[in-house]
Amino acid sequence: MTPGHFILHEKEYNEIQSVLKKLLADSYAKVVFLVDKNGSLMASSGETASFDTTSLASLAAGNIAATGGLASLIGEKEFSILFHEGERDNMHISVVDNRLILVVIFDRRSSVGLVRLRVRRADEDLGRILKSIDEAARREEEEGEGVIEELTEADIESLFK
Amino acid sequence: MSFINYSSREINCKIVYYGPGLCGKTTNLQYIFKRMNPESRGKMISLATETDRTLFFDFLPVSMGEIRGFKTRFHLYTVPGQVFYDASRRLILRGVDGVVFCADSQLTRMDANLESLDNLKINMREQGYDPDRIPLILQYNKRDINGVASVAELHALLNYRNVPEFEAVATTGVGVFETLKAIIKLVLTDLKKGGK
Repeated sequence: MTPGHFILHEKEYNEIQSVLKKLLADSYAKVVFLVDKNGSLMASSGETASFDTTSLASLAAGNIAATGGLASLIGEKEFSILFHEGERDNMHISVVDNRLILVVIFDRRSSVGLVRLRVRRADEDLGRILKSIDEAARREEEEGEGVIEELTEADIESLFK
Repeated sequence: MSFINYSSREINCKIVYYGPGLCGKTTNLQYIFKRMNPESRGKMISLATETDRTLFFDFLPVSMGEIRGFKTRFHLYTVPGQVFYDASRRLILRGVDGVVFCADSQLTRMDANLESLDNLKINMREQGYDPDRIPLILQYNKRDINGVASVAELHALLNYRNVPEFEAVATTGVGVFETLKAIIKLVLTDLKKGGK
């Protein structure tokens, strides 16, 4: 991974999207989100229109960060799975490859056991995609041809005109 | 750590407002929320106590337009300023791309400003950042009240890197957007150079 940036290209984005779609269908979930640990939404699938996805991403990251802090206080590395049970909807949050957060929202059509099972499979697929993201980032770093490297002072100034 | 998504053509960056308790970090975000076009900003989330003190963080996503066909989005966070919330402050600094240090200009708060600035340096080092290199802007808030230190005094006391500094009255918006624009410029310039 390039220090300072996390770069997601179309190819890997589409691969992530198809993993999320499969997870959504296999776990009978309402919606599935993938978020980076800093709270940026990477991809989502399902009934996303009914959720404020930006806020959800930021709070899920805050949630994982806070429980990670709790874990280290009791000598654990992290709590890699969180489950929140509501009256209608439930939320399963898990850490993927120590840097991404997978959020599954589901109702009574599914169960926590089924979600957990399907998430485990999705974790492996996402881990593989992350490896190819890292490789692409390494290549790009050597070539130095990303959008960020091409930014000029004038581009940055143009935001404030 | 910025997140660049080529599929949705977005650049996402994280900016953290840091400073002692009651210096006006949340007020900065509230003013930005109030004054920005609703199409350019999302909802503001405040995880606060019943007495409206920040418990974990405030969060406000803002969009600043496009650069080379990429939408630029900035996630603005505040930390809880009260000394005993240090564990939470450390967590919020993770993945930060730029910091606004919001100082309270009142003479009686100089010790609190210094303590918070030292705490920022310690926590940045703990998160693997170099406090001498991270994009940083200083804001001297509460310029409208009596008994404030001069800008020269605040500069001598707090501006250890001679970074851009702004006088502000966050309650009425003075200096709020100037501060935001300045940190955004620094963050984007730093990204271009290769970040952390």
